[in-house]
Amino acid sequence: MAEIQLKAMAHSYIENPTGPDDYAIRQLDHVWHKGGAYALLGPSGCGKSTMLNIISGLVQPSEGDVLFDGKRVNELSPRDRNIAQVFQFPVIYDSMTVYENLAFPLKNNKVPAAKIKTRVHEIAEVLEIEDKLHKKAKNLTADEKQKVSMGRGLVREDVSAILFDEPLTVIDPQLKWKLRRKLKQIHEQFDITMVYVTHDQLEASTFADRIAVMYDGQVVQFGTPTELFEAPNHTFVGYFIGSPGMNIIEVERCAGGVRFDSTDLPLDAWQADILGRMKSNNIKVGIRPEFIEISHVATDDTYEAEVRDVEDLGTYKIVTVKLGEQVMKVRQSEEFDASIGSHIHLSFPKQWLMLYVDEFLVQGQQS
Amino acid sequence: MNKISDNRAWWLVLPVFLLVAFSALIPLMTVVNYSVQDIFGPGQAYYVGTEWFKEVLTDQRLRDSLIRQFAFSGAVLAIQIPLGIGVALMMPKSGVKGSLCLILVAIPLLIPWNVVGTIWQIFARGDIGLFGWAINQMGMDYNYTGDTLDAWLTVLLMDVWHWTPLVALLCYSGLRAIPEAFYQAAEIDRASKWAVFRYIQLPRLKSVLIIAVLLRFMDSFMIYIEPFVLTGGGPGSSTTFLSQTLTTMAIGQFDLGRAAAFSLIYFLIVLLISWLFFTAITHADKEK
Repeated sequence: MAEIQLKAMAHSYIENPTGPDDYAIRQLDHVWHKGGAYALLGPSGCGKSTMLNIISGLVQPSEGDVLFDGKRVNELSPRDRNIAQVFQFPVIYDSMTVYENLAFPLKNNKVPAAKIKTRVHEIAEVLEIEDKLHKKAKNLTADEKQKVSMGRGLVREDVSAILFDEPLTVIDPQLKWKLRRKLKQIHEQFDITMVYVTHDQLEASTFADRIAVMYDGQVVQFGTPTELFEAPNHTFVGYFIGSPGMNIIEVERCAGGVRFDSTDLPLDAWQADILGRMKSNNIKVGIRPEFIEISHVATDDTYEAEVRDVEDLGTYKIVTVKLGEQVMKVRQSEEFDASIGSHIHLSFPKQWLMLYVDEFLVQGQQS
Repeated sequence: MNKISDNRAWWLVLPVFLLVAFSALIPLMTVVNYSVQDIFGPGQAYYVGTEWFKEVLTDQRLRDSLIRQFAFSGAVLAIQIPLGIGVALMMPKSGVKGSLCLILVAIPLLIPWNVVGTIWQIFARGDIGLFGWAINQMGMDYNYTGDTLDAWLTVLLMDVWHWTPLVALLCYSGLRAIPEAFYQAAEIDRASKWAVFRYIQLPRLKSVLIIAVLLRFMDSFMIYIEPFVLTGGGPGSSTTFLSQTLTTMAIGQFDLGRAAAFSLIYFLIVLLISWLFFTAITHADKEK
């Protein structure tokens, strides 16, 4: 087990990168603490797999350092870093049986035979493949193969960390949920540092205590699922987390707040204060569909909007409304009822109205 | 679903039947025809039944040449298969170096058989051949035209030089087909180089190795031109393999009946061994 630290680390697949666009991962500092369960969340191509391969040592970062417990390991290969990694698609040694597959990493580490046996059975039991231990691995289904693949990652006890690269892609949805719980249990039981790469927010939040959201080669936010939901640090986090994502509206400055079309949104004094000191004109406000309130009567701080669509998703409804030229989503309970084209009144509770300058959240001192 | 029964559909098989007939059956039947007759001249043929077969099976010359043939093919496989795998493993994975290696390795395959024989006939000579001369200079008494062992080694070396590249190329293509993920997983699992070879590369080379072994077995079992040019089958008959014995019989002595019977037995041996080998391997695959 180890604390993994990335220090001023950046990576480019191009030999002489010139601009930030040439980098798969832009310079960042990050710490994965000992024994934590982390998720690395982001869309395809954001650099999350690269990041994982840099931690495991399959890829060497072009700049900066990778530290394990404070020791620089840049040049060490995965075998010397003593790290386990589970890949997106099952990799099994098809000439071996399931048992031999699971025993393989232990055998390579010269673990005594008796110990191998108990450990393999332990892992097989957790993954529920005990009855298949003596089957040839190549005759398994894709699900089972991936379980074997995962088993090989979990079987060693002394690893610095276990890395998962979207390990449940090929697994069917019901089993996915179960295996995710299993991983969580294994984490609690053995207290190993785990980093789990995924593009599925649900998967990330059920597995991890803390999630690092990656976008365009940067870690834009590192926090608990609640933090990501309530205070997205970057417009991308707002958009990517939640379903549907945050409503993000481009606005411009006006007296006492911001405006879009002909709608004025007043801001808190501290927000207006910070905004006043910033030069950028790339200003946006964001509010989660869950936090917009709808009423049928107008008051001072409501805005009239038109209902464009109502989707019933079974346990709640998603209402699409149009305020000025701006289309927004609002999440309402099952009881909500309004005909399309009718007019309703929206209000934006101030504590949930986030202000973004240059895509990053404007945060108050005390919040 | 109701199947419509119509025997006229058999006509559709006719083109294939004709093709196979002209390409394999008819030529083969000619040989069968010769093998059961004693022919003295046009119109003077007598049916002799299985007499030729009995005679061929007890012929000491043929037996000796069959044993030599097995020894040769066995040696060829024992050397060329491991060597070919080794060469393939050492070749660069990609890039200019890879392409260059590929071309260099493939060159011997492009040389016609009798040119190969001629090259080695001169190359291995003690007086003017670089190879033979060098060996002799090193103090070893080497003369492939006079010494049985030297003749054998030279024929083997020539065949290794000529055909190992085929095994190497097949293995190289097999190795390139292994996804990078397997090597990454092995690296993560801390597998040794030997374990990577034994559990990842070798199992994944299996299908190309089956092809390589079959091709090399059949080819070496039917070898004719190269030793014929190199040693002429000598010294004595020490490097006279089956094909050469057969040719001498059929063309040299014009013993058509005996040669035909022998051809059939020869053909059946190749067929039987290839079949045995193939079923053994594919059968082992199905276990469990």
